[in-house]
Amino acid sequence: MLVRFLARRVAFALVLVLVVSSAALLLARLAPGDVTSQLGPFASAGEVAGTRARFDLDRTPSGQWLLWLGRASRFDFGDSFLYNRPVRGLVARAAANTAVLAAAALAVATALGIPLGMLSGSRRSAAAALIRGLSLVCLSLPPLLTSLVLVFIAATTRWLPAGGMTSVDALDMRWSAWLADVALHLPLPTLALALPIAATFERLQAQSIGDALQQPFVLAASARGVAPRDLIVRHAWPVSLRPICAVYGLAIGALLSGSFVVEFVTAWPGLGRLMYEALRARDIYLVAGCAAMGGLFLAVGSLIGDLLLAAADPRLRERRAG
Amino acid sequence: MKRAGRWLLALVALVAVAAPWLAPNPPDRSFSNSLYAPPTRVHVVAWKPVIYPQRLINRLERRFQEDVTRPAPLRWFTAGRLVSVPEADGGPLLLLGADAFGRDIFSRLLYGARASLALAAISTLAALLVGALVGGIAGYAGGLLDDLLSRFTEFVLVLPAIYVALALRAAMPLVLPPSTVFVLLAAIFALLGWPIVARGVRAIVASERERDYVTAGRALGATPWRVLSRHVLPAAAGYLSVQATLLLPAFILAEATLSYVGLGFPDTVPTWGTMLQDAANVSLVGEAPWMLAPAAAIFLVVLAVNLSVQGTGRAPVQLEP
Repeated sequence: MLVRFLARRVAFALVLVLVVSSAALLLARLAPGDVTSQLGPFASAGEVAGTRARFDLDRTPSGQWLLWLGRASRFDFGDSFLYNRPVRGLVARAAANTAVLAAAALAVATALGIPLGMLSGSRRSAAAALIRGLSLVCLSLPPLLTSLVLVFIAATTRWLPAGGMTSVDALDMRWSAWLADVALHLPLPTLALALPIAATFERLQAQSIGDALQQPFVLAASARGVAPRDLIVRHAWPVSLRPICAVYGLAIGALLSGSFVVEFVTAWPGLGRLMYEALRARDIYLVAGCAAMGGLFLAVGSLIGDLLLAAADPRLRERRAG
Repeated sequence: MKRAGRWLLALVALVAVAAPWLAPNPPDRSFSNSLYAPPTRVHVVAWKPVIYPQRLINRLERRFQEDVTRPAPLRWFTAGRLVSVPEADGGPLLLLGADAFGRDIFSRLLYGARASLALAAISTLAALLVGALVGGIAGYAGGLLDDLLSRFTEFVLVLPAIYVALALRAAMPLVLPPSTVFVLLAAIFALLGWPIVARGVRAIVASERERDYVTAGRALGATPWRVLSRHVLPAAAGYLSVQATLLLPAFILAEATLSYVGLGFPDTVPTWGTMLQDAANVSLVGEAPWMLAPAAAIFLVVLAVNLSVQGTGRAPVQLEP
């Protein structure tokens, strides 16, 4: 069953990547204007024709699509005009940067949201009310606003570097110094991306632990004399995890969307920024490459979400098995 | 708290409608001696509110000084404005400072509320309409049509909205007149917003379809369209209103994001997104924090929406973007 399930998910992932990247390629191709406008108004006719030929713009859109598809199946995604390099390396690097940012943000959001949600959902106190209020504020602060505000704070206080992934002289550093430099630049975009998601996790966890504590088995456990703390952590919490796991799949999409804005505001060299540059310049193969990578992220994200859901809810596993 | 949220929303809507009357200055008027001017402080002298004219001391360092020898009283209800100070008297009155072109940020914020909120409201309505229609048809028809529509809905739902919006907008010519941009953005947002509505409506309609009143309606000879639109879809009204509270903030933000990155409205149109473009310059924002005013406005509106639906069982999940 697990094999069949995995096979279906992989097929879905392939279709998603194929459709998304093909749609992006055709959209960029059919849009008015092409990459030759980047050559400037004084480019010679020969230069324009050469560029068009290099990016297969002299073929029909469907011909270009088939050609690209054939090459992409051999992991050759064409060249980028903007960077004058193969798309594959560019996209892989940007995707790695985005993945680092997204993974850090997800970890921070989980580490903040789940414990705080358990606290605020299981008792009524001033601290719980404070957490609730804070998370309501954070819910109303989407990544665009958090990143702007955090950059503003960083720029005025100079506690953290306000943007970028590395310092200007990072290329000369040894790898340990480079790593430390990146680690110094990471917290700001991570926090900007993580805060709204942490608030979402907190609210969900608070709600679901509240619901779980109402269940009869909790009453039964407390009648057996289970300590209140064990009641929450050992008995109610595992049951309350289901809605959280269900939202993890969605959170990947939110992370990907949010990371675009955060990358843009904090100048993090990730996939979102690359895609934006490519779209603006009509750098057709770079657009398609970025879209393919984005689709892959989504597919992997929803797969992880499904696996988590199956892990948290035995009923789902049994239904699949039966 | 719930009531506070609703009052705040009503207030914002009122401000947007009354913007031409409330704004002290025209939104596109640029005061050449007030580039990056700080907010004008209102003093009370002899029980009357006055401002002191701001004199430019150093253009390069953007230093201003109040000229305390010439207090200028605020003019109420003149020239079709609630309050203003004519330039001849020592104005302009810049309640939230001025931007890079010396334009009044407070006035632009009020006018920006019109564009941003109108776009979000229209897109929300369109998304609800399309979603209710597709979901209703899928749920009521069942069978193959239902399968096809549901698969399609789920596929669009998976896509990260901001990237699709970005790609669709970037596929159009970059320079377009503001009215075209408005229609285009509304169409793109509606295109991205409908699937989540359709999925929920489909589930509601599919379960309502089995109820007795639908059978009764059919037995009485009502057409499927009549049963669907007059009897079944009203059951989804509560769900639709909850979805509206999720879509509205998401669309306000989508406009802000697109305009911020330069793919939304042109800079001449005051919207909260185009105003935030100025905040992209880190070193300037440090010196002129009033440039972040549109961010505060967006925060207030989203908070008001979140407060007004508190405790209604709405999932606190934020729709991307």
